Amino acid sequence: MATLKLENVKKSFGKTDVIHGVSVDVADGEFIVIVGPSGCGKSTLLRMVAGLETVTSGDILIGGRRVNAEEPMDRDIAMVFQNYALYPHMSVFDNMAYGLKIAKVARPEIEERVAQAAKLLQLEPYLQRKPRELSGGQRQRVAMGRAIVRKPAVFLFDEPLSNLDAKLRVQMRLEIKALQRELGVTSLYVTHDQVEAMTMADRMIVMNGGVADQIGAPLEVYANPATEFVAGFIGSPPTNFLASDLIGEAGDHRMGIRPEHMSLTAAGSGRLDARAAYSEALGAETLVHLKSADGTQLTVRQDAAASIPDEGAEVGLTWDASNEMRFDAKGQRIREASVAQ
Amino acid sequence: MVEKRGAGLWLTHLGLIIGVAFIFFPIWLAFVASTVENEAIVRPPMPLWPGDQFVENYTRALTAGINAPVAVMMWNSLIMAMGIALGKIAISLLSAFAIVYFRFPGRKVFFWLIFLTLMLPVEVRIVPTYEVIANFGMLNSYQGLILPLVASATATFLFRQFFMTVPDELAEAARVDGAGPMRFFFDILLPMSRTNIAALFVILFIYGWNQYLWPLLITTDPEMNTIVMGIKQMFPSGDDFAHWPTIMATSILAMVPPVIVVIGMQKLFIRGLVESEK
Repeated sequence: MATLKLENVKKSFGKTDVIHGVSVDVADGEFIVIVGPSGCGKSTLLRMVAGLETVTSGDILIGGRRVNAEEPMDRDIAMVFQNYALYPHMSVFDNMAYGLKIAKVARPEIEERVAQAAKLLQLEPYLQRKPRELSGGQRQRVAMGRAIVRKPAVFLFDEPLSNLDAKLRVQMRLEIKALQRELGVTSLYVTHDQVEAMTMADRMIVMNGGVADQIGAPLEVYANPATEFVAGFIGSPPTNFLASDLIGEAGDHRMGIRPEHMSLTAAGSGRLDARAAYSEALGAETLVHLKSADGTQLTVRQDAAASIPDEGAEVGLTWDASNEMRFDAKGQRIREASVAQ
Repeated sequence: MVEKRGAGLWLTHLGLIIGVAFIFFPIWLAFVASTVENEAIVRPPMPLWPGDQFVENYTRALTAGINAPVAVMMWNSLIMAMGIALGKIAISLLSAFAIVYFRFPGRKVFFWLIFLTLMLPVEVRIVPTYEVIANFGMLNSYQGLILPLVASATATFLFRQFFMTVPDELAEAARVDGAGPMRFFFDILLPMSRTNIAALFVILFIYGWNQYLWPLLITTDPEMNTIVMGIKQMFPSGDDFAHWPTIMATSILAMVPPVIVVIGMQKLFIRGLVESEK
């Protein structure tokens, strides 16, 4: 167990900069999720911490020790890969024990540690099986087990759930989180799924184009996004963005309102009129998709009980001013006091 | 599967049986000829059923032969074939490993150089190769038989293609587990390649066993002859009389090891294929 610190970490492949300087302090035992769309550099960042990619500039410190130049095995980390990366010809036991064998841990201790991990992950009946004889969820557990037995200072997860089906993903999400709490190991978890990020993270790093747009607790990030990108990426359905002239404000900014903060009213009586396009009834709620006069797509989240406008009907939209978020032309948040009404 | 019934089925089988008989007939004749006395072969018509000299002829072939005992020639062939097959596999595995997993200057160049040798079979480079081997003093030696044939572009290419299908994450997982490159090679890559190795071994063993021109050139000592070329050496020159039963017995004996390898490895080969299924 240890702290993890990134100091202005940068990465370039040749002349292409993929990570433009990320700094973060991870406390001991903290669960950090790095989230972002594909190509934002989140996996590269994780692989740099793992030691699978070199660091172009900046420092990575694990437990206060600079590890930039160290091999993965010397960094005291364990990694869970997206496709599990289990050794296909080895049994579950051997897969979990391989790292310990290389580290020349004594046989009885290997057996004890693997047995412990297997018990924790409910893998005991499968120890002698080969990976191909296991289901996706079980393979995922073996990959976790391989990380656990090494008792590393830091766990690294590279989209570990993206190969599982939706139901299993929800279940494994809870299991991983519970396991991490129980073991108290500092963890870095990469995902493109913002639901995973919201539900699992103690704090999350939202990455966009090689930059950490925002670092913070999930609800804080949700309630108070620092950039237009974060506001649009975190939350489903995404935030509605309105151009300033559409709502009659001066300036070249855009205003974001989350779908649950907008409500429908009679045409002409709201802050904005729009035409209802179609609606999606999800059971507990209904998503009404609308189109404003300038063609902007909008979504309003309604209770299932509320009445749904007919397709093509003109409706009014209203919202509470406290929920407004304004972003400048570069996508940075404009803090409220500075906006001229 | 298409199921055939009645006349069609019988006709198909009849066709196949005739085909097999056609192919098998010369082998049968060789076998027959190896079990009769020399006079029975020289005097037409050729006998079609085995005679009573089986034990005598084969014993004579194995222990005395004509120029050298066949047992010695088989032993030479076995060493050559095993040397070539195992040597080729070892070298190809290592060179494919280097080409796929290491980034070194000239990696592409080396790969294409290896690939280029595909166009230079033994026969094309036989004169310079002979020169080199002769200068090394390797005529009439196992090294001389094996070394010039041990490099293989085909096998390197095959292993390269296989290694490229192994997910990169496996190599990375091994790195995180603390396995160095050679440890990764022996603990993970090699066991994963065993199906390919088995398949290649069959092909290369037969390739090595059937070498004719090269051993013919560099082995002048009958004690170093391999069996495939040895058969040719048994043919009479000038006024000698050929002892056909011994020659035929040698031919039959020359066929046995490849057959054993194919049949023996077939099981392992298929089991390996089934096991590696995901």
